[in-house]
Amino acid sequence: MSNLNVVGKPIPKLDAAQKALGRAQYIQDIKLPEMLYGKILYSKFAHAKIININTSKAEKLSGVYAVLTGKDVPKKMKMGFYKDNPPIKKDKVCSFRDEVAAVAALSPEIAEKALSLIEIEYKELKGIFDPEKAMEKESPLVHEYHKSNVLKLPWKLHYGDVEKAEKESDFIVKEKFKTTWVTHCCLGTSGAVALFDSNDNLTIHTNTQIPSLAQKDFLEALRSMGLENKRVRVIKPTIGGGFGSKLDTYAYEHIAILLAHKTRKPVKIIFDRKEEFKATSTRQPAIIYIKQGCNKDGKLTFRDIKMVLDNGAYTSWGATTPSVMMMPITSLYRVENVRYKAKCVYTNNTYSQAMRGYGNPQATFAIESNLDMLAQKAGIDRIEIRRINQNQPGDITPQGFKISSCGLSKCIDKVEKELKKDCKKQENVGTGIASLIHVGGGARIYKSDGCGVILKMDDYGKVDIFTGGTDMGQGLDNITAQIVAEELGLFVEDINVVHSDTDICPWDVGAHASRSTFVAGNAALGAAQKIKEKILKFASKILDASIKDLILRDRTIFVKDNSEKNIPPKSIAIDKLLRKAHFSPNGTMLMADYFYDPDNENMGKDFKGNMSVTYAFGVHGVKLTVDKETGKVEILDYIAAHDVGRAINPLLLEGQVYGGVVMGLGYALTEEVMHKNGENMNADFRDYKLFTAKDAIKIKAPVIETNDKYGPFGAKGIGEPGCVPTAPAIANAIYDAVGVRIKDLPITPEKVLAALKEKSLQE
Amino acid sequence: MKNTQIILNINDQIHEIMVYPNDTLLEVLRDKLDLTGSKESCSEGVCGSCTVQINGKPVRACLTLAMEAQETKIKTVEGLANKDELSGLQQSFIDHGAVQCGFCTSGMLMSADALLKKNSNPNEKIIAKAISGNICRCTGYAKIIKAVAHANNKQEHCPDCTINAITQS
Repeated sequence: MSNLNVVGKPIPKLDAAQKALGRAQYIQDIKLPEMLYGKILYSKFAHAKIININTSKAEKLSGVYAVLTGKDVPKKMKMGFYKDNPPIKKDKVCSFRDEVAAVAALSPEIAEKALSLIEIEYKELKGIFDPEKAMEKESPLVHEYHKSNVLKLPWKLHYGDVEKAEKESDFIVKEKFKTTWVTHCCLGTSGAVALFDSNDNLTIHTNTQIPSLAQKDFLEALRSMGLENKRVRVIKPTIGGGFGSKLDTYAYEHIAILLAHKTRKPVKIIFDRKEEFKATSTRQPAIIYIKQGCNKDGKLTFRDIKMVLDNGAYTSWGATTPSVMMMPITSLYRVENVRYKAKCVYTNNTYSQAMRGYGNPQATFAIESNLDMLAQKAGIDRIEIRRINQNQPGDITPQGFKISSCGLSKCIDKVEKELKKDCKKQENVGTGIASLIHVGGGARIYKSDGCGVILKMDDYGKVDIFTGGTDMGQGLDNITAQIVAEELGLFVEDINVVHSDTDICPWDVGAHASRSTFVAGNAALGAAQKIKEKILKFASKILDASIKDLILRDRTIFVKDNSEKNIPPKSIAIDKLLRKAHFSPNGTMLMADYFYDPDNENMGKDFKGNMSVTYAFGVHGVKLTVDKETGKVEILDYIAAHDVGRAINPLLLEGQVYGGVVMGLGYALTEEVMHKNGENMNADFRDYKLFTAKDAIKIKAPVIETNDKYGPFGAKGIGEPGCVPTAPAIANAIYDAVGVRIKDLPITPEKVLAALKEKSLQE
Repeated sequence: MKNTQIILNINDQIHEIMVYPNDTLLEVLRDKLDLTGSKESCSEGVCGSCTVQINGKPVRACLTLAMEAQETKIKTVEGLANKDELSGLQQSFIDHGAVQCGFCTSGMLMSADALLKKNSNPNEKIIAKAISGNICRCTGYAKIIKAVAHANNKQEHCPDCTINAITQS
């Protein structure tokens, strides 16, 4: 493993030059002949009946090609796994983001004007905005047909005996935590361009992290339109940020399809920033009731968690975040007795989706905050209690996760060492730590967790990789190129990665669950190994040497020099070999395909099963100061230690950790989509507080390499972990600094001040 | 509204174009001249993705009317490189991992390039201030700041860079 030439090197992102030259093509930049522009009209109410829609004025406007309302949407066209969300609503609106009409026109300006001419008569209904109130019997129903606001979802588990363990615990801490809506804020807004050919086959250019599953959704959409046995081609442009936001298909994509079908022209829909804030989905908010216990020695005895999740008016992946929350709940630290129950409840708020960490940041905020409180109650050092309970390689957790490699202990050591460097206690300065577990070897949440790869080599020693995996800026292009270059003795310059088109690239379940390096990486490795085998076989004939004596390096196949020292080793350049293979009788060209589906398990009825082949661990430590006059938190030092298996590319790895931490800091301190009776009150970058360069902090990101036996060259996933334990580390440090425990996110100066005031009143 | 012919000097090329008085420079660049390197992300001057330079100063193309930009020298991201020969700043962005999804990159480069023209060796605080109007969601800013700090320096002058550590090994 130490003789790696390409893997482990900080090779700049393959498309960085195109991007730095301003040449990368994002969805915004796509222009097709005869293209029309689509716009969507949204509801004026959080909850209302649609009495009447009059579109005649809009239809008459010059330059308007089509106007759609709910009546034009096929009955069976519904989005999301719960199938409760038609792309345009017909009789009733259930949130402010409900689509009520759409237009295609010659220009965005005409489309906008047409929307303003659509007249809609509503009858406002009483809305429900608090998920706990929405569970009460007398609450208004968001969807009458559903008969209850509580979704029929199975989120419930109990391993061991929590009640017994609770009785036997020496210390117990019971608390309530709350997290709110935050949103992805991809700099590139959402958009799609849809077009049909004369046989009604669909091509859709769209920002997606799930090209293959999107293809499936759109095929279903076509079937609902009566278009059977058609083809769908999904083309991804360069993606201006993903973070989970593109893990489902959206109304704008379906509306673009409907408009393109009606007008027989390409239709482009691009969101403006306000629309991006209001009409895309957020991180799932959670109300968390947690109870944890330990014995006198600090060993965790049980963990008991109940959650209420505000589902919003429709259902997307946000409602499935409990399946990932289960991971830290059952498996972060050793705890035998665990109980968890979550209810997802319809309200007239916005609905949630996947976002980096997928429920893990919410659950970890509660667990790690509560653990600090428990340590304090038990009189045990905060770091010590984590050591006492840390996961170990070889563990099987109550949920059935098999921990193959685990760098948690080393991460704790690293963070502790950094935090204790300057241990002189200063006034209003505190430190905090929090750990994480996340899937690091795929996540079987779908029937297949696989990724397909096709490799082909040309006469010049160059490789094209056609991968199902998705690059959205995180660097999967590099990861696959570096792995293949390493395996074949090539340089990354020799590799071209194609990941943009379902007509060309094989199936993949999507860029989620931090799975791409592991799964798409293993798929690329598998294909490269198949090609390598062919190369070696051919070279052994040409060089008259045994396969086991051949080495691929520097674009050449060498025979291992093991005897006569003065004779240079026999060798052949790889391009020459490829030409020999091609231009000879019964010639051949080297190609290989590989489909890698990790050996992980679907969770059973009781949610037991080894969801991921391996798990990623990490510990964050922070030192900060709190200004008691203003409540403002200033971060002095931040350490994010991650067990990554192996760093395939340390430069991009740092990028994932830094970016994740800063996103986590936003979650902890500043970010919140504010809703007032279901209406988004801060739909712009002025009022939605993102970190800017002035707020940037120095982050130390020590990498712990555990060389996981299942990972490609030992690697695990690292896309999401950076933002998982940030908020609890901050909350714990604030408590350490000034003695107030903030239990709802974000921890704004107002909340800190209020808590300080309350504390001083009590003293 | 009347369509008027104006002349714009963009990246040292003269363009004669018809514009409406309310057309923004960003609309003209992207929609009329196919200079799509400047990005539209918020359209209200907050995110900095559309930053271009007018007479060397960074400005928001989404808040600038095209007509106002007459008789100025406009520079966009497409004008930073000499054909394919990247500027030191562009190369530094690439080498330091300052480019991830890339949507903010054009604007970042234009803000940073304007700073470096005024101050060839800015410290990190000055850099952070100069790009504080450019939002990035991917990088956490650290690598961008480092890339700007080292744009005018050869690699041997940036010992804290991963890229350098590896080059030496």
